[in-house]
Amino acid sequence: MTAIRCHSEARPWPGEAAAALVDSLPILLGVVPFGLLLGAMAASVGLGPLEAMLMSGLVFAGSAQFLALDLWPEASAAVLVLAVLLVNLRHVLMGPVLLPHLPPSRPLTVHLALFAMVDETWALALRRSRIGLTFAYYGTLALVLWLAWVGSTGTGAAFGALIAEPERYGLDFAIAAVFLCLLAGLPRCPRALWIWAAAAVVAMVTHALMGGVWHILAGALAGMLLGGTVGHGR
Amino acid sequence: MAVDLPVLALILAMAGATYLTRIAGFWLVRLATPGPRLQAALDAVPGAVLASIVAPVALATGPAESMAALATLGLAMRLPTALAVPGGIGALVLLRALGL
Repeated sequence: MTAIRCHSEARPWPGEAAAALVDSLPILLGVVPFGLLLGAMAASVGLGPLEAMLMSGLVFAGSAQFLALDLWPEASAAVLVLAVLLVNLRHVLMGPVLLPHLPPSRPLTVHLALFAMVDETWALALRRSRIGLTFAYYGTLALVLWLAWVGSTGTGAAFGALIAEPERYGLDFAIAAVFLCLLAGLPRCPRALWIWAAAAVVAMVTHALMGGVWHILAGALAGMLLGGTVGHGR
Repeated sequence: MAVDLPVLALILAMAGATYLTRIAGFWLVRLATPGPRLQAALDAVPGAVLASIVAPVALATGPAESMAALATLGLAMRLPTALAVPGGIGALVLLRALGL
């Protein structure tokens, strides 16, 4: 478990919120075009802007929403909900990793924090936890991403994707670039590099075979398997 | 700007399913504190998840994406994320303009 608890709540909240704002900017470069595209896709299957925003605000899971809208015209409601559940299964592994780093708080606050646990907030929160994660940081990050996600989906549903070719500006690469930076910031040792390599290989094979986001779950499980069996405790 | 009732029900069901996956971990660690082996497995999750997310983009999309990914990693070791990300994006735009 995490033995060290920095007195992070002693840091003043405006500084924490400002740090979260700065950290959220590169993510927004990728999230906003993604949200606009999702909104346009929602409109194309017959959802209004309000319905698209409700979906983004309540589900708040990009890849699951994309899959749902893809299945929307044909699949039954049960199949759709099941697909969303399966695509989001990686959260089950991510939750227990984040939890020890959240500042001590009431269960209600923890449940609210977990609502906003998406890949981006999770990864940034874990990086921040090295100097101590505060709710001011996590909450600001979550709120900015949530507002941008809901806002861009609504805009996309009402006015179309706006940015016709995100590839022209390299924006399709923005989210991957953020995760590459987060990966570069993790502590490196030979054992960690082996775990990353195994996860990457399994993820690539899974992605080639199945598409979607299964590769994240498969890679995470491969990394866990290796981490739990080879040289643990050292 | 109306909300269709069956659509609302479906959105709520999707939201419920998603939220379930997010809080499942909270209840799982309450049921049983992870032992050293499971803890070691959980410790591997952040790197494994990040590597899995970037692997298909960085290694299996095209030469431009692979080289931009390498450039991003190099920048990220020297610069803050807020600069390394635009740098990586710029590298990709440049590489694509070169026809890669």
